[in-house]
Amino acid sequence: MSKDYYNSDDLKKFPNVTEFQEELGEKFFKYYGAVFEEGALTKREKSLIALAVAHTVQCPYCIDAYSSESLETGASEEQMMEAVHVATAIRGGASLVHGVQMMNKVKDLSM
Amino acid sequence: MKSLKAEGHSLSDPRIQLDILNQHNERLKTTPKFEEKISEIGLYPLQPNEIEIFQINVGYMCNMTCKHCHVDAGPDRQEIMTKETLKQCLAALDDPRIKTVDLTGGAPEMNPHFRWFVEEVRRKGKKVIVRSNLTILTTNKFGDLPDFFAKHKVEVTCSLPFYSKRRTDQQRGEGTYDKSVSALKILNDLGYGTDPELQLNLVNNPVGAFLPGSQETLEEQFKKELHRSHGIHFNNLFTITNLPISRFLNFLLMSGNLEDYMDKLVQAFNPAAASGVMCRNTISVSWDGYLYDCDFNQMLEIKTHEKAGQHVSEFDLDKLNQRDIKTDQHCYGCTAGAGSSCGGATT
Repeated sequence: MSKDYYNSDDLKKFPNVTEFQEELGEKFFKYYGAVFEEGALTKREKSLIALAVAHTVQCPYCIDAYSSESLETGASEEQMMEAVHVATAIRGGASLVHGVQMMNKVKDLSM
Repeated sequence: MKSLKAEGHSLSDPRIQLDILNQHNERLKTTPKFEEKISEIGLYPLQPNEIEIFQINVGYMCNMTCKHCHVDAGPDRQEIMTKETLKQCLAALDDPRIKTVDLTGGAPEMNPHFRWFVEEVRRKGKKVIVRSNLTILTTNKFGDLPDFFAKHKVEVTCSLPFYSKRRTDQQRGEGTYDKSVSALKILNDLGYGTDPELQLNLVNNPVGAFLPGSQETLEEQFKKELHRSHGIHFNNLFTITNLPISRFLNFLLMSGNLEDYMDKLVQAFNPAAASGVMCRNTISVSWDGYLYDCDFNQMLEIKTHEKAGQHVSEFDLDKLNQRDIKTDQHCYGCTAGAGSSCGGATT
């Protein structure tokens, strides 16, 4: 058994998840492939969104994959880092906006 | 930065490069052989369709030492094509089946016979492409070349790895981007990029161990960004995959990316790209007149097939059109994804 929870080589084994549940796995990959096709959004825009989400869900495999994908689709370093900042702002903002709930509760409890 | 050759680096020996690609370690040893891969799709032995592009590497001397350069060119390289060899090239160009002469280097402009040769080739009615690094056009010695190019309707195909300064300078050296932008503006002022007779193409090489994206999409982005930032116009963007040889191979080894990059190339093998590789319609001539299937084979010193003639002095297009093209593991670079050639994607 691997001593590490994360191994970069495991990313290549991602398609093998169908081994334990073929039908759902295949459905997922079909959907996944369709999501990343060029559509109303370009592949570059989708890669940048994926890169931002990868940071939010803290998935090292996804960060590796979508850093490469963003470079290949022609994103600049500035665009990639701005995408990460968008994720950070939403993530931080998501905590902070609950501060209103805290304030409401404090006000409810206070004289 | 010195060339690998001037440093006495082991990778300046093509045999060592090929040895690394084939058997550096278990992962590379077990990488499927390119020959097997093209056998599976019925393309082995690879043969030409019909040669119509005559690419001449007129010398390895360059004013730049870019990190990815497959030629290992630089100011310290002395190899330069003599007028005698250029005359042998001109004799070969009498064959009307050759339509285009593609001049590369190093910086091809640094060959002392460059202007004379371009005039002679144009006199024969052939199209001339010059592969310019752009920065040389901003130097005092070569500053009048854009006018010369325009006068002779030379197609200018120039390197610009990215539309941003950071990534361009990263690959080609500090200050490259600003000089390139100046050169592009000079070319634009002469009509390059807008006059249909003055074609201006840009070449995008990925700045690192990844593949180029969609040529069409990148062209759109380059056009939008270069016009927005600098008012620059150009005709086409060609995406070229970095082949794992010479200085780029050195980068792959030093950065620990070689195995993953080879995997990436193999996984992206595209049969359609394989059938459109440039060695099927191009022949490459080295500074000393030897014939190669492409500029990459030239750098690996893999000459054309013995039976086809190996020197421009014995140039025979019929024999060359019937030869078997020599391939090795580096050829995966031209067959990955949308394909790669001196004219960009092949699919």
